[in-house]
Amino acid sequence: MALLLTIYLCLWLGPALLTGWLAAERGRSPRLWFALGLLFGLFALLAVGLAPRTERPVDGGDFEKLFRAVVAVVVVVVLPLLVSWAFDFTKSRDANRLAIVAVAIALGVLGVFALFWVMDQIVDRLPRGWRETVRPYVFVGPAVAVLSVFLIYPVVNTILISFKDRRGDRWVGLDNYEFVFTDPSMLRSLRNTAMWIVVVPAVALVVGLLFATLADRLQRGESIAKSVIFLPMAISFVGAAVTFRLIYSYRPEGFGSNVGVLNAIWTALGNEPVAWLTQRPWNNLLLMVIMIWMQTGFAMVVLSSAIKAIPDEIIEAARIDGASEWQVFRHITVPSILPTITVVTTYMVINALKVFDIVFVMGAPENNGTEVVAERMLTWFFTRQNQGYGAAVAVVLFIAVIPVMIANVRRFRAEEAIR
Amino acid sequence: MSVGANKKAGWFVKGTILVVCFIWLFPTLGVLVTSFRPAAEANTSGWWTTITKPFDTAQWTLENYRTVLDASGFNNALLNSLAVAIPATVMPITMAAFAAYAFSWMEFRGRQVLFVVVVALMVVPLQMALIPILRLYNGGAELFGITVFPDLDLNGTFLGIWLAHTAFGLPLATYLLRNYIGSLPSSIIESAKMDGADHFTIFTRLIVPLSVPALAAFTIFQFLWVWNDLLVAYVFLGGTSDNRVVTIALQMLSGARGQDWHVLTAAAFVTMALPLAVFFSLQRYFVRGLTAGAVKG
Repeated sequence: MALLLTIYLCLWLGPALLTGWLAAERGRSPRLWFALGLLFGLFALLAVGLAPRTERPVDGGDFEKLFRAVVAVVVVVVLPLLVSWAFDFTKSRDANRLAIVAVAIALGVLGVFALFWVMDQIVDRLPRGWRETVRPYVFVGPAVAVLSVFLIYPVVNTILISFKDRRGDRWVGLDNYEFVFTDPSMLRSLRNTAMWIVVVPAVALVVGLLFATLADRLQRGESIAKSVIFLPMAISFVGAAVTFRLIYSYRPEGFGSNVGVLNAIWTALGNEPVAWLTQRPWNNLLLMVIMIWMQTGFAMVVLSSAIKAIPDEIIEAARIDGASEWQVFRHITVPSILPTITVVTTYMVINALKVFDIVFVMGAPENNGTEVVAERMLTWFFTRQNQGYGAAVAVVLFIAVIPVMIANVRRFRAEEAIR
Repeated sequence: MSVGANKKAGWFVKGTILVVCFIWLFPTLGVLVTSFRPAAEANTSGWWTTITKPFDTAQWTLENYRTVLDASGFNNALLNSLAVAIPATVMPITMAAFAAYAFSWMEFRGRQVLFVVVVALMVVPLQMALIPILRLYNGGAELFGITVFPDLDLNGTFLGIWLAHTAFGLPLATYLLRNYIGSLPSSIIESAKMDGADHFTIFTRLIVPLSVPALAAFTIFQFLWVWNDLLVAYVFLGGTSDNRVVTIALQMLSGARGQDWHVLTAAAFVTMALPLAVFFSLQRYFVRGLTAGAVKG
């Protein structure tokens, strides 16, 4: 038994040490790669069924045991090297891009599956009494770990950085917030974002609701009509922005004819062509149109399914009582779907609050007065390398969603109480 | 659903719907038509002028797509987008499904509290996470002199962006999947346990097959979200010609050749092609995926 244990330890530690040494040779952190080597070694030992289980010993005859041992050694040595090579490969500059992409996809997809399988195998080897206590944490563990490192820690860290200087070294008190609420460009962004979160959800909601109500009456073609409105949901903000840049495009008089439909109509009416995207403050509305175009379909589809869920008897009864179509819509349809309207509006408000791509792609927000808060955040933190300002702007966005966060948690609690 | 006597659509309703649909299709149609026009024509006349002579083959060309894919590097960008989007979809959904199963069918301390945290995290703007994650990627983190997050130099790597996208997609995925997995009948899980199946087996053999509709809906949602994302890719992957994804490539092209409409529209359509294909082929799941969060949440 002692001999067996020694062999296991050698099989496990040896390759891990080798990996660490190789990493040191190549100027990487030896401790990190030693730890990774241990992890992969464990994985390999488990994979070939060699790691000791508390009650189930390795099955099979001597030959099979030998075969498994050889496979284990090969796998244990090869796997860490393979993974380390794969990581290097995905970073290399001169390899075939298709091969890199294939390796990267395999690494990511197989990696996450392997992670859960290995952890579950380890739990199986714990003392009997522990297993079912530990197993739930293995199932939620990766999700909780990722959320902690990439979401919870950052929220706290961003709040701290928002009180520090541009490189996040020195405390500066409320200076960054003073900047947020005094800088003219920042103030414009706050005003614009306030407009975005009112105009975009309102228009998308009204158009979506009316369209859903009207389309509900079609005998044929309802789903096609709805698809057409929903289609822009599939397109990226960047794609949509380029699409509308074509519509708004502008050539000054005498520099060729205008290929943008807006100027084509405008000049056909006998006017001079207009550089639409520099017309303050109306250019903001033109950018909002893009998001309305994209989000109306969402509102329409959700509201449409809510409208269909209203029992027909209620509507029929109202009609028999002589209610006009408008009265039915106003006094039955809208009140019945009010909860859905609230949810859709909340979702669209949050989306409008975070809008960034459209403004960014349209370019020159500061010259055109089209700044929005999320765009300012990226400009300050990334383009101008001022983490303090960027963090303070992010915190403003965060504070804006806190009411929704509280409402979500409250509603969840209420639902759980019913369960 | 019954069709009441008053419910028939009159010409007014039909006309309105037709007009709105036309307005909504018009922008996409413009991009599609322009992308097939030769440079000289695309930049001197409106795309709608082609309607007068649609069968004049001299006004159509595939040259723009060749330019975009080869010279502008969209070939590479498409591959990169796949390399980002596929793992960044599989990773959160796998983690979320395991977590959702544990939240629904396993007993452990802190279950309720952890799930409330997940619900709260759903609406956190990802802008809150960008700066600290970038700092972690560039320098790691130390707490009282102990390395709690090693300096892995993840900035500009696929792993770095996968992890970021995983974190941003996880709360919603966990919430939606828990709603679905939690509503499966408890009798089937009890009987599987009776037959001696352990949790891992129940999850992989029973829960995953039963949850295909929910998994498919969220997979489509997350894939398109990642594919269409500009912000996360811009911060963590950057705009080098090796690394950039399609949205970044399009944004850069829009900045560099902003008036070359023949190339720009072709590039825009290249980035849209896959989402539109997903949209048309999996529309049912697609709509369900995009709307589930709002209807349920």
